[in-house]
Amino acid sequence: MNVLYSLLLVLALVVIPLIGAGALGWHALFGVFIPLLAVAVFLAGFVYRIYDWGRSAVPFRIPTTGGQQQSMSWVKQSKLDNPSTTTGVVGRMILEVLFFRSLFRNTRTQLHDGPKLSYGSSKWLWLGALAFHYSFFIILARHMRFFTEPIPLPFVWLDTLDGILQIGAPTLYITEMIILAALTYLFLRRVVVPQLRYISLPADYFPLFLIAAIVISGILMRYFIRTDIINIKTLTMGLATLNLTVPEGIGVIFYIHLFLVSALLVYFPMSKLMHLGGVFLSPTRNLASNNRMQRHVNPWNYPVKVHTYEEWEDEYREHMKEAGLPVEKE
Amino acid sequence: MSKLPAADTLAASIDYTPPRKPWMEIPAEFRPGVYSYPANPKNLKILDFPNPRQWSPEDDDWKLPENWQEIIYEGFKERLHKYRSLKVFMDICVRCGAFADKCHYFIGSGDPKNMPVLRAELLRSVYRRDFTTAGKILTSLSGSRKLTEDVIKEWFMYFYQCSECRRCSLFCPYGIDTAEITMMGRELLNLLGLNINWVMEPVANCFKVGNHLGIPPHTFKDIVDFMCEDIEDITGIKIDPPMNKKGAEILFVTPSGDYFADPGTYTFMGYLMLFHELGLDYTMSTYASEGGNFGLFTSAEAMKRLNAKIYAEAKRLGVKWILGGECGHMWRVIHQYMDTMNGPADFLDVPRNPLTGTVFSNARSTKMVHITEFTSDLIKNNILNLDPSRNDHLKVTYHDSCNPSRAMGLLDEPRYVIKNVCNNFYEMPEQTIREQTFCCGSGSGLNNEEFMEMRMRGGMPRANAVKHVHEKYGVNMLSCICAIDRAALPPLMQYWVPGVDVTGVHELVANALVMRGEKERETDLRGEPLPGKEG
Repeated sequence: MNVLYSLLLVLALVVIPLIGAGALGWHALFGVFIPLLAVAVFLAGFVYRIYDWGRSAVPFRIPTTGGQQQSMSWVKQSKLDNPSTTTGVVGRMILEVLFFRSLFRNTRTQLHDGPKLSYGSSKWLWLGALAFHYSFFIILARHMRFFTEPIPLPFVWLDTLDGILQIGAPTLYITEMIILAALTYLFLRRVVVPQLRYISLPADYFPLFLIAAIVISGILMRYFIRTDIINIKTLTMGLATLNLTVPEGIGVIFYIHLFLVSALLVYFPMSKLMHLGGVFLSPTRNLASNNRMQRHVNPWNYPVKVHTYEEWEDEYREHMKEAGLPVEKE
Repeated sequence: MSKLPAADTLAASIDYTPPRKPWMEIPAEFRPGVYSYPANPKNLKILDFPNPRQWSPEDDDWKLPENWQEIIYEGFKERLHKYRSLKVFMDICVRCGAFADKCHYFIGSGDPKNMPVLRAELLRSVYRRDFTTAGKILTSLSGSRKLTEDVIKEWFMYFYQCSECRRCSLFCPYGIDTAEITMMGRELLNLLGLNINWVMEPVANCFKVGNHLGIPPHTFKDIVDFMCEDIEDITGIKIDPPMNKKGAEILFVTPSGDYFADPGTYTFMGYLMLFHELGLDYTMSTYASEGGNFGLFTSAEAMKRLNAKIYAEAKRLGVKWILGGECGHMWRVIHQYMDTMNGPADFLDVPRNPLTGTVFSNARSTKMVHITEFTSDLIKNNILNLDPSRNDHLKVTYHDSCNPSRAMGLLDEPRYVIKNVCNNFYEMPEQTIREQTFCCGSGSGLNNEEFMEMRMRGGMPRANAVKHVHEKYGVNMLSCICAIDRAALPPLMQYWVPGVDVTGVHELVANALVMRGEKERETDLRGEPLPGKEG
């Protein structure tokens, strides 16, 4: 059911521009206003979410330590998995954000007769996630050539590199294939692995379908339903420079692609996709494990009711004297 | 109390196939063996906690306060503001599923709500409805739901089926820590008077008397005297451990489990023998006679109230620094909370080992050193005269306790000590030790009798790894640095791996320690003949 809901929702998002930009010809709305609005919502939403998280206190320093602590000089510290310095924390975060360190640890637990438990290495999720995120990033960077003029060299290089497997024209991008494969894997494991299917929400399927729809509409536009790329660039450059124009002769497939991207931008800040920002704020990862070296201050630390020594001694004084234990008051 | 099923039956009952019904439609089922008894009202009264009353999870009516929904809503809101961890963890989970099979309670029970991701969703579903826009608009599509009494019952069930071990947090790509979720969940439950006696009685005892077990000062002294008699029988050496001694250099604090029951008591005797042999200028306190802190399993405030005694007593006695015994969750509190909550400890000195001159600069702010840091430093500097062959009848493995591993990183110090006092040491498989260690199944205040079935289930992964080295190398002794372990692992071993005993590290140290002026030892601390003395 969750799968179906999400699929229908994405289909609806395809139908809207099909009617709006296609049948009704509202090109300015779908080509300019909605995308601009979406970018504004995305930026404002993203900033607000980070601000909102930042507003909450970090009362305690609670890193999850993934290796040996720093103690005596002759004990070898695990500087990246249990960092005690800012440099170490930066290293740990780089490993986490760029290489998905924690996911790389993943194992698969199996229960055999006996009972006997085994823990096999399980790197597929790590690989799938890495493939998805990096393709997404490269595709995004490649698209910068629609928003820059002249196109900065790194974007040109990226484009050439990504298209290195070109057989004929138009360019066949490696990332397009990888991201589709990764999305398929991420989707299939959600429906095939029983536990994962059990925990998955529409909010888990929806972004997969939405991103897949964006990729597919992009591919269709390049290979099958050709549309005027020069006019598209005029439109996108207009968006980038706020010099808004809506050239004629752009196929409806482009408006569909753009609308889906707009939907993703709007959806992003209010969804789990915010893990992009959140991972940097996770207190179990972004703090040094130097707890006993440097005091961490809790902004809302307040005095509490304790049972003082004096009160306590009053209750036990006679017994203590009898047992020969020293007391403050005779 | 329920009858515990036989190990085979229990193992055969584990099924990882999720139920057909969505989890939100399955109410928590309270049957004997899987939940802990509620707190005795007298304990809540001692602590001024809300809603003290007699009740049972098996009753329909839990006697919640009238405005319980408002209490939870306000409590949740307050905590979202106070803890960025909670807010971020509520928002960013992508339900990737990496976590699923990392929890020992899930591995041992197959109950999907014991997957860390669903444990967090128990809170998240309510959070989404009350605190997010998407949740308000899209309700069930976004995975949100209304806060009902059934939800509260589910929270009680599953936040008291989590031992806050943080294993999931190691594997989560965003570091989402279920311990943090459970701690928040328990804080909220506490606002309604929903707590378990095995946690609240120790908290009340510790607050009022000074330690979890409620041992008053004169009895504490009796117990220690009794242990000293045993030590004298075994070694011929008379020890008179100092108590409440003003002006001592070091205050020694250890969990009360160490002086309450076997095999913890042997570890305690180990400390006393070691300190005596070193001629250490130390003292114990009968006021701060507890290192452990079940407040950690209750609320941040309860934790602070109990922990305050340690610094207060260090100040009163005028010591220079503090040494802490073998205990798991105690060290989470000492390492990650104490200085923040009750510091700064500017009246103490940076700890310095008086025998080696080593300055423990890693404890320069908190001023408290772990006993295995201290002892490994002694051994490294050849201060101790050790005869590891006295432990030759033992084949030892080592269980990393959750908190020293994943909230501190104390991994190599205890190993260094063990390897120097034992000749036969074998590691369990790497996915079950060090930072990946498995909980004993009874942590965070769940080591009570009535919870035995869940304890055996949750402890299965640990026991299974012990079984592996037991069968492969003939391991017969499981060492650890945690008082809860020393209480919880013996029944676990008996259940899953008969033939393996449990020991603290300093019991092994004391057995190997050749003390000046000792008589020839015939037995170890347990009164069992040493190797070669069996005749």
